[in-house]
Amino acid sequence: MIARAKYEAVIGIECHVELTTRSKMFCGCANEFGGEPNTKVCPVCLALPGALPVANKEAIEHMIRAGLAFGAKIPEFSKFDRKNYFYPDMPKDYQISQYDMPLTLGGSVRYWLDDGTSKECRLTRIHLEEDTGKSVHAGGDGRIAGSAYSLIDFNRAGVPLMECVSEPDLRSAEEAVAYLEALKRTFVLLGVSDVKMEEGSLRCDANVSIRPAGSNELGTKAEIKNMNSFRSVFRAIESEIARQIDVLESGGRVVQETRGWDESQGVTHSMRSKEEAHDYRYFPDPDLVPLEIDTALIDRLRKTIPALPTERFERYLHEYELDPKQATQLIDNLPLARYFDECVAASGNAKQCTNFVLGDLSRLANETSIAVYASPVTPALLAELIGLVETKTVNSKIAKELVERMWAGEGSPKAIVEKEGLAQTSDTGEIERLIADVLSANEKAVADYKSGKTNILGFLTGQVMKASRGKANPALVTELLRKRLD
Amino acid sequence: MNELVRRSAAEIARDVGAKRLSAREVTEAVLARVDEVDDKLGCYLTRLNELARSSAQRVDERIAAGETLPLAGVPVAVKDNMCLTGTRTTAGSKILENWIAPYTATAVQRILDAGGVPIGKTNLDEFAMGSSCENSALGVTRNPYDLGRVPGGSSGGSAAAVGGYEAAIGLGSDTGGSIREPGAFCNVVGFKPTYGRVSRYGLIAFASSLDQIGPLARTVEDAALAYDAMAGHDPMDSTSIDRPVELTAIALRGDLKGVKIGIVKEFVTAKLGQEIDALYRRAYSELAALGAELVDVSLPTADYGLATYYLIAPAECSSNLARFDGVRYGLRVDGDDVGQMYENTRAAGFGPEVKRRILIGTYALSSGYYDAYYVKAQKARTMFAQDFRKAFERCDLIAAPAASSPPFEFNSKSDPYSMYMMDYYTIPMSLAGLPALSVPCGYAGSPQLPMGLQLCGPLFQEAKLLGAAHAYEQATKYATKVAVAV
Amino acid sequence: MSEKIDVRYVAKLARIALSEEEVARFGEQLGNLLEHVNVLSELDTAAVPATAQVVESRNVERPDDVLPCLDRETVLAMAPQRQGGFFRVPRIIAEP
Repeated sequence: MIARAKYEAVIGIECHVELTTRSKMFCGCANEFGGEPNTKVCPVCLALPGALPVANKEAIEHMIRAGLAFGAKIPEFSKFDRKNYFYPDMPKDYQISQYDMPLTLGGSVRYWLDDGTSKECRLTRIHLEEDTGKSVHAGGDGRIAGSAYSLIDFNRAGVPLMECVSEPDLRSAEEAVAYLEALKRTFVLLGVSDVKMEEGSLRCDANVSIRPAGSNELGTKAEIKNMNSFRSVFRAIESEIARQIDVLESGGRVVQETRGWDESQGVTHSMRSKEEAHDYRYFPDPDLVPLEIDTALIDRLRKTIPALPTERFERYLHEYELDPKQATQLIDNLPLARYFDECVAASGNAKQCTNFVLGDLSRLANETSIAVYASPVTPALLAELIGLVETKTVNSKIAKELVERMWAGEGSPKAIVEKEGLAQTSDTGEIERLIADVLSANEKAVADYKSGKTNILGFLTGQVMKASRGKANPALVTELLRKRLD
Repeated sequence: MNELVRRSAAEIARDVGAKRLSAREVTEAVLARVDEVDDKLGCYLTRLNELARSSAQRVDERIAAGETLPLAGVPVAVKDNMCLTGTRTTAGSKILENWIAPYTATAVQRILDAGGVPIGKTNLDEFAMGSSCENSALGVTRNPYDLGRVPGGSSGGSAAAVGGYEAAIGLGSDTGGSIREPGAFCNVVGFKPTYGRVSRYGLIAFASSLDQIGPLARTVEDAALAYDAMAGHDPMDSTSIDRPVELTAIALRGDLKGVKIGIVKEFVTAKLGQEIDALYRRAYSELAALGAELVDVSLPTADYGLATYYLIAPAECSSNLARFDGVRYGLRVDGDDVGQMYENTRAAGFGPEVKRRILIGTYALSSGYYDAYYVKAQKARTMFAQDFRKAFERCDLIAAPAASSPPFEFNSKSDPYSMYMMDYYTIPMSLAGLPALSVPCGYAGSPQLPMGLQLCGPLFQEAKLLGAAHAYEQATKYATKVAVAV
Repeated sequence: MSEKIDVRYVAKLARIALSEEEVARFGEQLGNLLEHVNVLSELDTAAVPATAQVVESRNVERPDDVLPCLDRETVLAMAPQRQGGFFRVPRIIAEP
């Protein structure tokens, strides 16, 4: 504990995000998850002799939109470079990527923590490249080490990939996950990726280092790989921070290396020392031509970017005073958020809207498998109900019943209340009569109350409520009962 | 020799189109010629008798159905670095010795669509690296004028096939002179179009920014017909130019009145010996006799051509040839692990010249040397383009030697650099991407062996270039003056 | 400037196994080539941009359409070693 407070963690995240396009980055093979191995390949993505790449326009536009969403700079010129290295899942034994003129530069990602505060993590860059095939290592325990041979499927080779590199602005595992969630939210909202770690459409590595609290110098970093879910990311980073603190506290030095996260053991293992740096021999790909991005294109793409989660989130937190969990529930479900906004506009009461939308309505949605915003409970109807609650025309019990009946399609709550006389009775005379009836029918309870068992009041209130068929104003009942009994 | 095999492509297409001749007849005659002489000449690595016959049949059917085919029944030799579905495509290398292409190069397809009949896949220097065809790992091709001498390279097989009457059109590829030099050596026309005019899709890449497919033929008219059929934008090749093709077969002219022809002052033909110097002086005066005005032009960067080319081409090829790794196709030589498998496969599969170029190319791109070598060479390349632009302000076309010597004997250039020197006159045009050709201009040496005159035009001026070459050819007809040795 | 290329290192980068004889022979031949190539340092290229491409072209793209791919049997028939629907390679020692 004490040791932890001495140090500050410094974390940067590098993500690879598969873009949702119909076809691959440089050829017309389908960009789809799953399927029989090696059934989505062609001369280009299989790197047959003589094949040539042609860039996917949609992928480029997705990239630019993602950059704009993060406030990145879109340069006037961009190009593709070859990153040369040998590996069996890389058909060309070079990857078409971007080196010194990426499609976006800079930008930042705003993320929220559980306490509602938000921070910003700067982006170094986002660039466009192609994914590799997938290898399965056989004859061991599935990992490379100890395997006898490997099997390669090239279906994924050539799928468009965004490489998103952050500055080391993150300071905890919690922040790292919050950052990833913010990234994911934006990519999903933009429609550029479905960001499913379990399907491999988001992969990330974390660069973790620590330094004495208050210091401005960077410590030696370790690169953490093999994290397969946001939870893994959290655990792995926590584990690594603890490990590095242990190393320093016991007088050692952190080694710059790559470490793999072992989910089952809950630790990171050293994979290799980073000294053996690759000479990728980057050079501009002569099979492709440069990209010139004019302001007309940028403006057109900017217009296609929907309202970002950030603004909505801030509004929910500060204007409507939702708590972060509630706000997250809404912004992670855009149609629900829109519905919510309409309800607030119609009723003017954000608190009540939150209660109903995230409470009873969401419960009913789960039970009936109908989305809240697709149910018969329109924003106008909900606003009506909220109005009835606000004017104390109905009590909360009746209101709950009305929600169920509205969901069942019975329409206007006002009409139901009028027709069935469900309005809450606040008629003192009426209630006094009911109280008189109840008290005379419950002499023992009255005696118990007078002898000190004050909690009998709840039972008696309940009896009056029952007698009034739930319509009595419960607060008034209790007040009048008390007056009568005391 | 059956006189059918002597016919030009233009004559064959005309006669087959008019049904005076059938594609089948022509094909049989050529196949018989191949049977007769190819054991001596060694042009074809793979003969395509069955495909030739079925293609010829198809051509005759299409003609009968009323189609107009510009290359109806024309027998075509295809350099074995061009993919043709179902045919062995080797690039002259052990690493692809048994590889069957599953797709067809765009340029080849266009020739077939125009009525061309594929006779076979021709020999070449391995991966198009060489100037004599001696670097082929799979066969020896001999010069049809002297079987003890080389046919030139890298398109030696196609050039010898056309020169030896084993085809009417040969498809070749030119990176630094590989169509023009063998054209000169085999006494035929060899034409390299503007970079980007003919699709590279399906051409096994050597140097992406330099490679171009072009025709070899016995007349300029034939070369024009083949070019017209192949040229034009291809969406499968990002470097393919999207610009309307000016047809060349209709632009052939009878004289050179009003044409300014530049003689490059740095190309001092006196250096080549008295006989060759006299030969080129004669060629230039023949141009003048046709009405051309000769002007002095300068290419100040000329002497840096070899250095520039022998950095850029190997750099690009070192990356282009990485895909030959034993994983997905071609030769595999096993190893304990995949790394060893790569090293063993490539050691066994590549010949020494290919290895040299991969090594020097890898070096030129490597960390610490990239700026001094690769970038520097790309800047020098810009200077070539600038030189030519200035020269073309003073002239319409440039005339120069196509090769520095007549065809030489086998094994006479053991030092790699002396072989590289063969490209001295052709490299500058390649670096600037200009259209250039070689046309027979006489004989030199003892025995008298073919020499070629190189003509070069500004970007996209194929029609002007071929037009002028035709005038020269018709007035001089050097190709017909000496008989082939087979 | 007579340069000695570390042929072994470059051959490693290029994944080509070389015999001792080749290391020596290529070392010499490439050293000679480099001497010839070094004339480029004489050129004043300060004001000259590197050629991006030979013929000016920009923004060559394709629409995001799915096109037919290769038949799997054709693909795997080329494989030096296959296992089921996969390409098989000897064990991989390390991640890139």
